[in-house]
Amino acid sequence: MPLDANLDPRTHEFKVVGTRPLRPDGVDKVTGRAKFGADANAPGMLVGKILRSPHPHARVRSINTAKAAKLPGVKAIVTRDDFPASVDPSLRDVLYNVMAREKALYDGHAVAAVAATSAAVARKALKLIQVDYEILPHVTDVDAAMKPGAPILHKDMITENVEPAPKKASNIAGRHEFGHGDPEVGFKQANHVVERVFKTEATHQGYIEPHACLASVGTDGTGELWVCTQGHFMVRDTCAALVGMDVSKLRVTASEIGGGFGGKTTVFIEPVALALSRKAGKPVKLVMSREEVFRASGPTSSTSMTVKVGVTNAGRITGGYAELRFQGGAFTGSPVVLGAMSAFACYDLEHVKVVGYDVVTNRPKQAAYRAPGAPMAAFAVESVIDELAKKIGMDPIELRLKNAAKEGTKSSYGPKYNSIGLIDCLEAARKHPHYSAPLGPNQGRGVAAGFWFNFGGQTCVSLNVNIDGTVALVVGTPDIGGSRASMCLMAAEELGIPYDKVRAIVADTSSLGYNDISEGSRVTFSTGLATINAARDAVTKLCARAAKIWGIPADAVVWENGHAKPSGPNAGNFEPLSLEDLAKKAAKTGGPIAGHCEVNADGAGVSFAVHMADAEVDRETGRVQIKRYTVVQDAGKAIHPSYVEGQFQGGAAQGIGWAINEEYIYGKDGRLQNPGFLDYRIPVASDLPMIDTVIVEVPNPGHPYGVRGVGETSIVPPLAAIANAVSAAAGVRMTQLPMSAPHVLKAMDGAKGGGARR
Amino acid sequence: MMPKVQVSTTINGDAVSYLCEVDETLLDVLRDRLGLTGSKEGCGTGDCGACSVMLDGRVVCSCLVLGAEAEGRDVRTVEGIATADKLHPLQEKFLEFAALQCGICTPGFLISAKELLDRNPNPTETEIRFGLAGNLCRCTGYDKIVRAVQAAAAEMRKG
Amino acid sequence: MRFEAPTTVNAAVKLLAGKAGVVRVLAGGTDLLVQMRTDRVAPDLIVDVKRIPSLRTVSAKAGAFRIGAAVAGAELGEHKALRKAWPGVVEAANLIGSHQIQSRATLAGNLCNASPAADSVPALVAAGASAVIAGPRGKRTVPIEAVATGPGKTSLKRGEMVEAILLPKRPPRSGDAYLRFIPRSEMDIAVVGAGVNLTLDAKGVCTAARVALGAVAERVILVPDAAKALIGTTVDAQALERLAAVASAACRPIDDKRGTKEFRIKVAGVLARRAAETALKRARGT
Repeated sequence: MPLDANLDPRTHEFKVVGTRPLRPDGVDKVTGRAKFGADANAPGMLVGKILRSPHPHARVRSINTAKAAKLPGVKAIVTRDDFPASVDPSLRDVLYNVMAREKALYDGHAVAAVAATSAAVARKALKLIQVDYEILPHVTDVDAAMKPGAPILHKDMITENVEPAPKKASNIAGRHEFGHGDPEVGFKQANHVVERVFKTEATHQGYIEPHACLASVGTDGTGELWVCTQGHFMVRDTCAALVGMDVSKLRVTASEIGGGFGGKTTVFIEPVALALSRKAGKPVKLVMSREEVFRASGPTSSTSMTVKVGVTNAGRITGGYAELRFQGGAFTGSPVVLGAMSAFACYDLEHVKVVGYDVVTNRPKQAAYRAPGAPMAAFAVESVIDELAKKIGMDPIELRLKNAAKEGTKSSYGPKYNSIGLIDCLEAARKHPHYSAPLGPNQGRGVAAGFWFNFGGQTCVSLNVNIDGTVALVVGTPDIGGSRASMCLMAAEELGIPYDKVRAIVADTSSLGYNDISEGSRVTFSTGLATINAARDAVTKLCARAAKIWGIPADAVVWENGHAKPSGPNAGNFEPLSLEDLAKKAAKTGGPIAGHCEVNADGAGVSFAVHMADAEVDRETGRVQIKRYTVVQDAGKAIHPSYVEGQFQGGAAQGIGWAINEEYIYGKDGRLQNPGFLDYRIPVASDLPMIDTVIVEVPNPGHPYGVRGVGETSIVPPLAAIANAVSAAAGVRMTQLPMSAPHVLKAMDGAKGGGARR
Repeated sequence: MMPKVQVSTTINGDAVSYLCEVDETLLDVLRDRLGLTGSKEGCGTGDCGACSVMLDGRVVCSCLVLGAEAEGRDVRTVEGIATADKLHPLQEKFLEFAALQCGICTPGFLISAKELLDRNPNPTETEIRFGLAGNLCRCTGYDKIVRAVQAAAAEMRKG
Repeated sequence: MRFEAPTTVNAAVKLLAGKAGVVRVLAGGTDLLVQMRTDRVAPDLIVDVKRIPSLRTVSAKAGAFRIGAAVAGAELGEHKALRKAWPGVVEAANLIGSHQIQSRATLAGNLCNASPAADSVPALVAAGASAVIAGPRGKRTVPIEAVATGPGKTSLKRGEMVEAILLPKRPPRSGDAYLRFIPRSEMDIAVVGAGVNLTLDAKGVCTAARVALGAVAERVILVPDAAKALIGTTVDAQALERLAAVASAACRPIDDKRGTKEFRIKVAGVLARRAAETALKRARGT
């Protein structure tokens, strides 16, 4: 639904949108009352635990559960035999990841599960399950997995989109290509061409709340599931299919969620909990330990990337090429496609080509991590752009301004951009005091731009008017960033009532129509748009009730400042009726008053960001400290500025961790060596400075108030911004993440000795 | 069958008794036996601080304390920070400054921040950051948390 | 599994020496509970020593200190006299983990857990500290560096427990310091640790020194040659450079997920030098 012709978000005087009220779930969250995934209990509840393969690659020859079943307190055991033999092809990989089928494909892959009367009994029972593994050779590195002779994970994997199709199976699931023109032509026009290879390690979303659920299946086959998830409708539909239930018989309630960032957009333990509960005839609570979260949920890809860019001395980028090699764990689906599409999205290029390879390895099946694929691709491209700027002696923002995508530019991934805010962000960054602040010794400054698509999707909202004129707003997208507050703001704005009179809940799957997952930065856009439309629907009905009361035609009534009014002196001389007035009279004028919207929202606006980072390098140890950080990002329209700033800062912080310290470390034995917060090092409070934010607002024409998604773009520039800063401080180009001290020290020592630059 | 331990302790000012296994942590007891689910398990190994509670006036990771150790001691959890009708300044400022997004780390931060301010009513930004380094937050980047603690400290110094 | 909380050292020793299978002392619990949770140990008996009054006190006598085995790091940090006399030891103890860990972790526990990367141990070794060990056959006092024998292994016999840590009286113009390298700013296990303790004479010449390194060998090592690089000098730039070189040469580290051999060797020298610089400032009273 497009921007109102009458409403220009840049000049419109919003009454409540754009203010910073307290969030409706706030008091519960600061008092410990809020209930998260592991906080629910049920009478007679059993504890579920999962047995996981210690081998990165092994044929599961047999599973003997007899001894475990005899242990007192064990009420149910499930294995691959308890799940359907075949499912819809689109769900096959999900199912085989939830419970290993023929092979265990990574260290941590689930092979069996028990439900018992206590955690101690469950743990004991797991030890009694006998699994006969035939250990196979494994591969965890993306480049190694692509080489001929690498251990093959799936004997039927033939690389897609390759002509002619390969005759032998490999670990390359698919090849994908985007772009237009011919970069080779572009490179010939350049004065300088830089080509570099970059590598990044796998990282995890790092949400503090482990996956948790409480499943309860009755003898009539109906089930209830309490779960922390970003998409409870997806959970319902997927679990129903995997467990063999009618969708209507499964009711899923989304708990408060302790972080997701994309990692909770799929299912891992939920089908197992349901299967256990059905078998045991009792509720089953299944919670992942932190170690299980790292080993067996969905980290993002490790990558190997080649980028080549050519530029003229005058600063025009004449050609861009990238080959991205992403491994997505044991099943197809790395975010290489999104990475390939977004790699050059910031630039107006005549010649651009990106080729992406989706590779499988013996690692856990990847899940989305905040702008999946884009941060890695941006790291590579923005590093090369930075190097080229230095080569031609041009300011890095100036170089980007000279080539920035704008309205009408044909993007590197196909469509033409309509109104976008990249140039606004670049100019705001350049004007910011951070950009011209002096640097101290051993410090360097880095700049990078980033892009994300943002998504729409299926969304339902119901808005019910209560007898006292307050409003119950019912949405179906789990609140992962403060969205309930934003929805209440938008509803209150449309209805012309105080923010405090609107109360939002996230309904369960039986109470509302289908909603897509809270992902893709879609909630403030889609649920917001649906909320606005539901409010307008309610307004239409409220006006009709007033018309009925006054005995005038419905179209002679307008809604202003929370009141129904006659549209003009000809319509009649009636005192305005408030929402409360009309609510009180609802029963007598036709019954309950509600507004609805069921939509497949489109018109989401892409968003751009520019980040600036100052890094200091200890020349004797290689340790990197971030001294200053600024995020400039286009939000379209900030409904609740505090939560927009929060998204900017959170994405930046994850990017900082990813750039400097976070990585999955695999041993030669193919086992994950650091499945815990001690050695998987996310930033702590003393690692970071204050993170300054600038909200740029270039309205998205596709949303009534101009909203663009903000949740993901903020993690796209940091890897490059920090790499550029560290490269400047260290005096050597950093091409590998994370830039942990040993790497930085080695790079600096290598550069000193005149050795090859990495 | 393991012999159970009998414990009498004080939680948020109230006398409480429970039976627990020897290897049950105080966190397990709070959440699974006493229904106090405000303290969270983020890691179970003392690396994230989401389970922070006060034990005899000091902030500890309750996942690294045995339920048996609480005998005769004083335990304070997030459920005991507010009074019956009023939020603590830290809770108010966390809300006002949007110092929480998903909120899972918030109980731990409130306990740690309260102990920090009880010890040091006028901390510098650096002291706040190092004082709270034992509490992981993945959503906020800590910026608004630090500002909320500074604001609460200022408020508490006033009266 | 049994849980006991004796109130005397004798009662504790009796329990530790008793017939029960796997017995563990519980002081701060910050290592023990993690090991239980990750299935590295399944004790039959846990002996909580925090109810023994003599283990919970810090006492000073004629300039020497006696630190009870169950005194927490946070309490050490709050002890003004101890901080003044041994800033290196106290800062090392206070670097272990977060505030939450500090409220519980003890020097004795850090020592007996015998991780080569233990933060407090290099500082204690450099300080010339000793451990009072109580056992079925009575008490004995040993230098700190004789306690850990390898990763997770100590020279304590069955039934023995550390009762106290002793710090000797210090000569005037003495200073100590502990530095470690960690990837973040807090919370990490030391990749390299360096403890330096030195004494100057009235002319500013170093007359005594002890240098200990952590996380660069199978246990904390005392490096006499590193000390020799300082003794007899004014701890000038040249002496410090020699110190760094000797410290690096003394390392026999491993590659692991926290650091490479190469990195540890290099940084050991850097940290030894920086710790010596701080110890020097403290010895000079600056």
